[in-house]
Order: sequence, then C-alpha cells, then structure tokens
Amino acid sequence: MTQETVEKVVIFFAGDSGDGIQLTGTQFTNTTALHGNDLSTFPDFPAEIRAPQGTLAGVSGFQISFGSTEIYTPGDECDVLVVMNVAALKANIKRLKKGGAIILNLDGFDKRNMKLAGFSEEQNPLFDNSLEGYQVSEMNVTKLTRECLVDSVLGTKEKDRCKNMFVLGFIYWMYNRTLDHTIQFLSDKFKNKPDVFDANIKVLKAGYNFANTCEVSSGRFEVKPAKMARGTYRNIMGNQAAAMGFIAGAQQSGLDLFYGSYPITPASDILHELAKHKNFKVRSFQAEDEIAAISAAIGASFGGALGVTATSGPGVALKGEAIGLAFMLELPLVIVNVQRGGPSTGLPTKTEQADLLQAVYGRNGEAPVPVISASTPSDCFSAALEACRIAIEHMTPVFFLSDGYIANGAEPWCFPQSKDLPSIKPKMATANTDYLPYKRDEKLVRNWAVPGMQGLEHRVGGLEKENETGNVSYDSDNHQMMVKTRAEKVERIADFIPDQQLDSGAQQAKILVLGWGSTYGAIKSAIKELLAEGKSVAHAHLRYIVPFPNNLGKLLEGYDHIVIPEINNGQLIKLIRDKYLVDAKGLNKIKGTPFQSREIKNHLLDLLNGD
Amino acid sequence: METNKYTAKDFATDQEVRWCPGCGDYSILKQVQTVMPEIGVPKEDIVFISGIGCSSRFPYYMETYGMHSIHGRATAIASGLKAARPDLSVWIITGDGDSLSIGGNHLIHLLRRNFDTNILLFNNQIYGLTKGQYSPTSEEGKKTKSTPMGSIDHPFNPLALCMGADATFVARTMDRDPKHMRQMLQRSNEHKGTSLLEIYQNCNVFNDGAFFGYTDKATKSEQTLFLEHGQPLIFGVNKEKGIKLDGFKPIVVSLDKVTEDELWVHDEKNRVKADLLTRFFGEDLPRPFGVFYSEERTCYEDALQAQIDQAVELKGEGDLDTLLRGSNTWEIE
Ligand SMILES: Cc1ncc(C[n+]2csc(CCOP(=O)(O)OP(=O)(O)O)c2C)c(N)n1
Ligand code: SF4
Ligand SMILES: [Mg+2]
Repeated sequence: MTQETVEKVVIFFAGDSGDGIQLTGTQFTNTTALHGNDLSTFPDFPAEIRAPQGTLAGVSGFQISFGSTEIYTPGDECDVLVVMNVAALKANIKRLKKGGAIILNLDGFDKRNMKLAGFSEEQNPLFDNSLEGYQVSEMNVTKLTRECLVDSVLGTKEKDRCKNMFVLGFIYWMYNRTLDHTIQFLSDKFKNKPDVFDANIKVLKAGYNFANTCEVSSGRFEVKPAKMARGTYRNIMGNQAAAMGFIAGAQQSGLDLFYGSYPITPASDILHELAKHKNFKVRSFQAEDEIAAISAAIGASFGGALGVTATSGPGVALKGEAIGLAFMLELPLVIVNVQRGGPSTGLPTKTEQADLLQAVYGRNGEAPVPVISASTPSDCFSAALEACRIAIEHMTPVFFLSDGYIANGAEPWCFPQSKDLPSIKPKMATANTDYLPYKRDEKLVRNWAVPGMQGLEHRVGGLEKENETGNVSYDSDNHQMMVKTRAEKVERIADFIPDQQLDSGAQQAKILVLGWGSTYGAIKSAIKELLAEGKSVAHAHLRYIVPFPNNLGKLLEGYDHIVIPEINNGQLIKLIRDKYLVDAKGLNKIKGTPFQSREIKNHLLDLLNGD
Repeated sequence: METNKYTAKDFATDQEVRWCPGCGDYSILKQVQTVMPEIGVPKEDIVFISGIGCSSRFPYYMETYGMHSIHGRATAIASGLKAARPDLSVWIITGDGDSLSIGGNHLIHLLRRNFDTNILLFNNQIYGLTKGQYSPTSEEGKKTKSTPMGSIDHPFNPLALCMGADATFVARTMDRDPKHMRQMLQRSNEHKGTSLLEIYQNCNVFNDGAFFGYTDKATKSEQTLFLEHGQPLIFGVNKEKGIKLDGFKPIVVSLDKVTEDELWVHDEKNRVKADLLTRFFGEDLPRPFGVFYSEERTCYEDALQAQIDQAVELKGEGDLDTLLRGSNTWEIE
C-alpha cells in the first residue's frame, strides 16, 4: 500500500439526511483539528428535515477542507466524495475534481435506491461508464455493518444507524487519524446505552480495519499538522462563537445577559448554545414570536441588562418597529441576523448576504443603527463582543450580521484569554442627582438610569422627545435637531473604532477587492494566489458598515478599480458608491452557496487582462 | 423618601394630562395614584409600561420609572423586564385594541407564563386614539367610522379569553366606581403572578355611554353583580335577587322564593365557576364586577431563577476561560 504525503485535501460527505452525515463530518472535523491541521468546513443541509428517503431532495452534505498549510475556505473542488447512496452521488458528482476519489456504499445503488432517486436501471452510474476517470472504491457498507453486528442485541434499524461509523473508520484509516476522539465522544453520548455504544465502536473499528486489509482504498495519505501561529487552539462554529461573544460581552460589562429569541434557521443554534449556559446567569427566553423576542430584550435592557435578540431575515422584518423603539429609547441592544437565502421564506438552509440594506435602512423614520459583520466562524466571537461594546458604550441598538455559511461552518480558533478582552464601561447615571434622561456627553451618548436607582425616575417612549428632558415634544425645530443629533451620535462611533486595515496587498494597486462578511475566506485565497503570481491586487475586509471607518474613503483612493464581491444582487456596493462617489464594480453570486475562490480569482484576472 | 410617607401627589408628574375632558382615564389615573402609596414599594422600584392608545399615555403621568412603548407590545416588554428584574413592581397599561387586537398574542402568552406583573386593561370598546373605529370588544352591529353599516365582527369576551389562557388572576372594575377600583388595584397588586384587571372606561368622545347601564344610578343595581369571596351572588335595587345554579346553567331567582343558602356562593378559587361567571356577558344576566378568579401558580421569573441557581450549583459559577477553552484543545508550538 502506498502512503503519500499531501498538503491539502477536500472531502465531501453525502448521504440521506437520516444517514448521520453531519455527525460523520463533525467527528472527522474535530479529529482533524486535534491532529493539528488547519481546516474549514461547510455543512449543506437539505431544506426538509425528513425529505423522502433516498431522494435528491433528501441529500445532506458536509464539506471539509484541511491541510498542512493555511486553509481559508471549505475548498472549491473536492478531492474525495463519500456517498451513501445513488442520490448523494448524482447530487454531488459535479463537486468532484477530475480524477478524484469516490468512496461509495454499494448497498445504496440497488434497484430500490435507483427508483427512490428517480432513475431507471439503465441510468445506474455503476454500469453506464459515467464514473470512468474517477478512482472508485466500492463497499457494501450496510451489509458489512450488519454482519459486524450479528451478535448485537440491537434491532436492524438501530444496527443500520451505525453505518456512518463504518465510513468514518474507513476515512480515519485513509488519512492516518486516530479513533481516540470519536471513541471518547461516543462514550459520552451513549453513556446510558452500552449496547448502542458497543455497536458504534465495533463498526467504527471494522471500517478502519476494512480499509487496512482490503485493497479497495486508493491509498493512504498523510496530512501533516499545519504551521499555524503558536498558541492553544480549539475547533469552533460561528453560532457557537457568537453565543460566547455575548456571554463575554455581559461579563466584560458587568451586566446580566438577557437573550430573547424565536427559533429560525440558521440562528437557532445561538439560542441552543446560550440556553446551556444558565450558570453564567444567562436568561434565555424563547418568545412567542420575533416581535415578543425583541420586545422582551428591550424590556430587559430598560431594566439594566444586556438585551440581545437573534433571528434571520424574516424575523428581522418583524422586529423592525421595535428596533425603531430601541433606537428612540437609546438603550443598548444587539440584534443578530444570521442571514439566509431570501426573499420571504426563500432558501432557509442556504446562505446569502442579502439583508444588508434591510439592516442599514429597514425601519420607518430616520433611524440609523450601527451595523457590524463577522467574516469567519471564529470571528463571530470578536464581532459579537464588539457589537455589545458599541451597544453599551454608545447606548444604541446594534446590528450584528452573520450568515448561514459561517454560522454553521467551523475552523480552528486560537481562542483568547478573558484577561485580554476589552472591558466595556456602561454609562450609568448616579442616583439622587439631577437627571436629564436625554442630556448627552461629547460622544452624544446619554446617561443610563435603571429602575431601582433612587431619585432618577423618568419616562421614556417612542414619541419624539424634547432635547435633554426627554419629555414628549411636537416642536418642529426640536424634531429636526433630534433627528440630526441621533444620526450624528451613530456617525461619531467612527471615532471609537479602528481604522480600516488592508488584509493583504499594497496601499496602491490596480485592484482593491472590498468585501464584508463571509466572503472573507474566498477573497483571501484568491488574492493570496494572485499576489504570489505578482499581480497588482489588494484586499480589505469590512467589519464596520455603519458607520464606515474614518479612513475608508482615503484608502479607496489608492486603487484604479474597486471590486465588491457579494452573495447578493449588490448591496454594499450601493452604500460605497453613495458615500464615496466611486465607480465600484460588483461581483455577485446569488445561488445560495458561498463564492469559490477561483470564481473571484478568474474575475480579477479578466479585469487585469482587460486593462 | 420612606414608602409610608408617600401621598398620591408624590406619584404625579409635572406633565400636563392630555386626555379629553370627561374621559374615564382621569378617574383611573387618580385611583392608581391614590393606591400607590399604600402598596409599600419605593417609587424607584415601580415601573409602568404601556403600548399605544389614549390609555397608554398613562406612564407619562406617573412619577415612577416608565415606558410608553409601541402598539401591542407592552406585555412582551414587561415580560423581559420582569425576567431580568424580578425585584421590580411592574404595571402594564393597555387598551382594548392594544391588548386584544395587535397585542393579543403577547397577552395570552404573558398570562400562561404568569410573570408577576399587573395588567390594567382599559376597555372602552373603541379605538380612541385613532378617532373612533370599532375595536375587538365593540358589540356586533356597532356603527363607527370604519363600520358605517354596523360591525360584523363578533366581539371578544376579554375575561373568558384570559381564563382560556390560564390566567391566575382575573378581575373587573369600572371607572365610575373609585372605591371598588381601589380595592381591585390593591388585590391585583397583592396577587403573586399575572393579574389581569379589566376596567370599563368611558370614552365620552367616541363611545359615550358604552357602560352607562352599569354605572348609572338608575340601572346600576339591576345590571351589576359585585362579587365577594364566600358571599352569595345577590343583586338588585333592594338586594332582592340572587343567582342560582341549575346544573351548569345560572338562573336569576327572586329572594322571596328561594333562601340565601340555595344561592351560588362565590369562590375565587373555583375555576369552573369562574369560567361560568366570565360568561355572564349578555343582557339576561347582571354583569359581574370584582375578582372572578385567583390561583397560586409558579411565576416564570421564579422558575427561571431556580434554573439559574440549579445550574450554578451543578456546574459552578460560569468561568469565561473554561467556556472559551471548551473540551478539546491542542497546542501549536
Ligand atoms: C403598529 C401600529 N399600528 C397602528 C397604530 C395606530 N393606533 C394607535 S392606537 C390604536 C388603537 C388604540 O385603541 P386602544 O388600544 O383601544 O386604546 P384607546 O385609544 O382606546 O385607549 C391604533 C390602531 C400604531 N400606533 N401602531
Ligand atoms: S378619545 Fe376617548 S379615550 Fe381618548 S382621551 Fe378622548 S375620551 Fe378618552
Ligand atoms: Mg380602546
């Protein structure tokens, strides 16, 4: 058997949504992370949880790219495609590179599965030569799993549920990984079900040994640990990181965290994560709808807590009026939008960046709200923490934008220590002093008096307020002045955020690629390759969209062309053109999937060549 | 200031009260300001939260913490406030449109969760602030600006709705009976859990006289029934009539024909009877006022706190570094 050392591998696992594909993917990811590889993952869920078995609609996928070099994206093309049935193969063969490896479960290619997938017998890819040119490893996963469990007391259905472990064991052998992490995981998961635990372990080992002894595999590979910066790492997913960012925001400000939310894909995992951490005094509240969720968070903030609410685009549409209220009240509040494909219910399980303008403009009246975005799974932590800082120190609702891609994606994270995190200082009023609720400091921020503070009783509300006193006022000059003041307050936040940095490239070049959010990895990979080829390109990635960093206009002047790739029909580009009057060009993809780095690279090459 | 030294004046703000002259809201404001000194809570620990409507201007006139929020959401805002700050005395001010139309969803969810808050539902059977459209409590056939041929909506029976949502305290009073209103405000305050107090409130501009039958001297004693725990249901000018149960059917009887011990004796703890009482909603039976139902049930905020305490006990107080580190890490040298 040959053993080859490779720098980077992309594997795609695909099967029925009931095949345990996501678990297989996550286990391989965690083991790979512990092995010291850099990595990036991307789960691809079917829209229906229980789509009919064996159908194309029911295919669930999980992509991982890992390597001994830096990895910024889950990869454009796959080197290995692991498929549990014919539907999974048909749906994903286009992802596989020419000459790539296919590992397939023969039992998923029988008459029945062909029919379920909607194909005739003649279309069976095993016999129509369509797999020629790929390295195919075939095995009867279902049969082998059952054989391995003949002595088990489990029923056939339960036995069949172990078959993902066979595949996982097989892949572990192929890439020289230990089984330790998964064994530990299974022993925790099935603590109270020894029979299920035994069966899973047995099948996992059987898959590993099968790969070792049978000649089906196309070889064994070694992917050495990556040379990453020194430090202690863990694996992290975006929603998990965001949840931790909010807990950190509460700790660093000394406030209690109140989290109000109504379940919606792909934001629900933040609720699940926070609900687990009640020992951090997190008050998580599953409300009756999105309006109640944000309203409750506003109530909590009024009471002196850090109110946070998360949802996806449709939920933000419902929260609009309440965001306006929080803006008028000038209370801290973080609104999370884990974006998904729109409009309306759109593509709930797919990713998109199409809610940026909704965040920036989507309210009645003049109601600008700071907008912050996260660019990678681990970046969700610091972006969420920063959203908390701005909300609390500037007394304003803040939008935090993530999306399905980074929310569910994972990467290694050199996590920070709490002592290195910024401290956040709420602007509390002092009890028993003369209190004018809407008197402002030089940042135009008001003082915060919360119930329980003696002598500071006051009323707030959504009606226009008189300057300083906060009393209801219908005076026209006062209204204009207040509208301008509230806008200026948000603008001045620019003085309290870092200048925009270049991610790579020089201050002056032909092309600047200006990105925001989850396009980070794909842009970074493309630019890295182009710079290595000596091309005149640079990359800047925005975290702050409202307000923009003070130096952004100046920075844009250094380039002949500005290209703005977005997973939408062109939204940041409108803001940039509007504010800086530059002739920026969009690169837009609206397919529910992230950019591949080569799509960006090819686009830039065309532009450079056309010059 | 010590709480026992407060007077009603201490709860008045410097803001000019802006309801129409003669509006029932004035009376409610006065009774609430009168009761506040008696509840023994420092001003700074009291919060009034309202939605939108004429009635929802209320917090501006109360010298406590307050929020005039958005239409229908006061109940949801108060839920979050109470979850975060169980120590506060939280009062919700809402209209019939605010609580039963746009905010109907939040109202029923607040009731089932049983946050310890007090809801004062100002029912004037009309949209006052938007100048007189029919509301979800307006009677069928009502002619308003939006129903020139009469309303074809079947109205809500608010208290029956609240009983259906498993409210733990349900009561009714009216703007023109200050003494009764003060009693009901006291009872609402004493109840641990969500207390819902419906207040019949006259909108003399858009729905004048909606409740005259219950408030006017000439008809009041015939058309109203004041509930007292442990007392038989008796009404009439000379207290000459009573209510008797015939199976599940309430019937009006004359006291010269039946004795008092045959009458329905009011029991606030009896859910089935309270349900029946909320159904005294037509012309044939007098309209009940008082506490219909009162039950002790765990409040959401207490259960939430108990879970937090339990989590701290099981896992220890949360340590951010432990959380950040997770369960699987590796070193890069
Ligand atoms: C979202 C929204 N929709 C509509 C309105 C207009 N509006 C204000 S108050 C109100 C109805 C008020 O009726 P009610 O709650 O019974 O209060 P009342 O004025 O009778 O005290 C309406 C429809 C609004 N302010 N906000
Ligand atoms: S419109 Fe009716 S409810 Fe509103 S203030 Fe006037 S009288 Fe009162
Ligand atoms: Mg009304």
